[in-house]
Amino acid sequence: MSEFLQHLINMLVLGGTYALLGIGLTLIFGIMNVVNFTHGVLYTFGAYIMFIVVQQLGLNFFLALPVAVLAGWLLGAAIELTLLRPLRGSDIDTTMLVMIGAWIAMQSGTLWIWGGVAKSVTTPFPEAPLVLGPVSVSWLRLFVLAAAAMLILVTYLLINKTSLGRAMRATFQDHDTASLMGVNVDMIYTSTFAIGSSLAAAAGALLGPVYVIFPQMGDLAAVKAFAIVILGGLGNITGAVIGGFILALAEELGAGYVSSGYRDAMGFLIIIAVLIFRPTGLFARAERVG
Amino acid sequence: MKAAITIVAVAALASVPLWLRDPYLLNALITTGIFVIGAMSLNLLLGFTGQLSLGHIAFFGIGAYVSALTSLGFDVGLPGDVRLVHAPWPPIVGFVLAIIIAGLCGYFVGLLSFRVRGAYFVIVTISFAEVVRLVALNWVELTQGPLALTNIPSIALPLPGFGELTLRTKLQNYYLVLVVALIAYLLIARLVHSHFGRAMRGLMENETLAVSVGIDVTRTLTIAAVISAAIAGAAGSLYAHYIRIIDPEVFAFINTVTMVIMVITGGKGSLAGPVVGGLIFGMLPVALRPVMAPEAQWIAYGGVLIAILFVLPQGIVPSLALRLAKRRRRRSPAPVTLAETAAKEPA
Repeated sequence: MSEFLQHLINMLVLGGTYALLGIGLTLIFGIMNVVNFTHGVLYTFGAYIMFIVVQQLGLNFFLALPVAVLAGWLLGAAIELTLLRPLRGSDIDTTMLVMIGAWIAMQSGTLWIWGGVAKSVTTPFPEAPLVLGPVSVSWLRLFVLAAAAMLILVTYLLINKTSLGRAMRATFQDHDTASLMGVNVDMIYTSTFAIGSSLAAAAGALLGPVYVIFPQMGDLAAVKAFAIVILGGLGNITGAVIGGFILALAEELGAGYVSSGYRDAMGFLIIIAVLIFRPTGLFARAERVG
Repeated sequence: MKAAITIVAVAALASVPLWLRDPYLLNALITTGIFVIGAMSLNLLLGFTGQLSLGHIAFFGIGAYVSALTSLGFDVGLPGDVRLVHAPWPPIVGFVLAIIIAGLCGYFVGLLSFRVRGAYFVIVTISFAEVVRLVALNWVELTQGPLALTNIPSIALPLPGFGELTLRTKLQNYYLVLVVALIAYLLIARLVHSHFGRAMRGLMENETLAVSVGIDVTRTLTIAAVISAAIAGAAGSLYAHYIRIIDPEVFAFINTVTMVIMVITGGKGSLAGPVVGGLIFGMLPVALRPVMAPEAQWIAYGGVLIAILFVLPQGIVPSLALRLAKRRRRRSPAPVTLAETAAKEPA
């Protein structure tokens, strides 16, 4: 029983960052209809920003997170302006392939600059975990969960309570009509991509210190993000949050009770199972053809 | 004209080992040839049915593992205390089994994944390849996991009356790959120009319309997937018996991306496209090796993929064909429509 409780605690910590990843991707996918293969690279990028700020510049750990979010925002905006804006109106396969090209180039760039050796970040948290009866959780992981929850809340408020969020939702529903109503759709696309990218960078910056940082760390993160989006439904933020926690639970239980080698297979199996047995997603009604 | 180009190209490729003695370059050509076969099979799906399968390396890898395991033998325990023991069979049998089993996998994957389209299809195919990779990595008893399957025997061709010919040298393997590539090319060419090929292209251009004239979508796509997967499996088998060592990294997503870059650069939906794109991207690492680090090369490949999509979205071969057709039209105004149709037809 205590083992199960421990899995639940781990699930909460993982699920928070997965939800961040998923929200970013689902916004981009839902609003722009772009399958963003650079999402994983942004995750890696966020982790490396953490490494630069904390290890190389020697600055405060808590300062590094906002820096990573801002850097992710800027890189996302740059990608959107240079690669996606000129391709507006192209079919989804073309933008997907362009994003694959960008992903390959950027990941190899990371490898070129920082090398393949895994890096770790020193954190200001005590080594000893917080023990709560039968379960224990490290202070770092608690901070990760709290920070992720805060970022999810901020994103939720941004989408639901601000005029930018209203314009984003309108563009998601019908970008032609939104455009007729005076929404600057180009600006919405750039903002969406930048916000999504900054969330991916935040997830990387949060999970990087928990594990280690290496150039290919984003690949699995990207696939997990896709799994979450498929679980939660297109452009569905609540769905992405729930999907993030479901995936984390499946991974924890899979690793705990099946075999730790198959932990990362859970995301893929969820994708395949959902698309085969419930192709409309768990929470969405739209048909999966686009 | 087109037949002449094909014959000249095949003759040129067949003559390469006669004047090229450098084993390093010959080795690069052989692995390039194997990947060209993979790219051709990918083009059958991507270029002629419009389905972007990003899990294509799975069929290649399954072919490689099936062929290697058939010729090496295995002894694994199954649930319920059953042991599955297999004594080594000749590699040529492995080659045939690789084609059959990869094709079967193509059938099941096609059956399941063609329920969804576009981005979702792409994601299902990626997931499939990753699941297969994780199984290859974790089912250590069968695949040796990350320790790799080693000492895979070379392919031996049975020659009636003369025993058999084991293909050990690079020269022999070069011709083996060339022959398999040629067979795959002719098979795909024949398929594309058949009634079935028109059904495939009809689906790609307008699925609703194709359905309304009675094309069975799932059947057409599944058959295309089976043939495509079987060819990829053949390429994987050649790879296993040539390199003689395989590990789960054969399933790496980057290998699918390599094939996709080959197809897109050469020209999807053009028969010669994957060959041209494949030769360029197969030999480019050789040319760039002295001047660029591998990471820098990959940055360049990503850049090239983006640049091609921006500047030459149709790919090299269709763009050249179009230019050639235009020049011919300027010279003689008579066969305008014919030349134009020919240009639009895959080479």
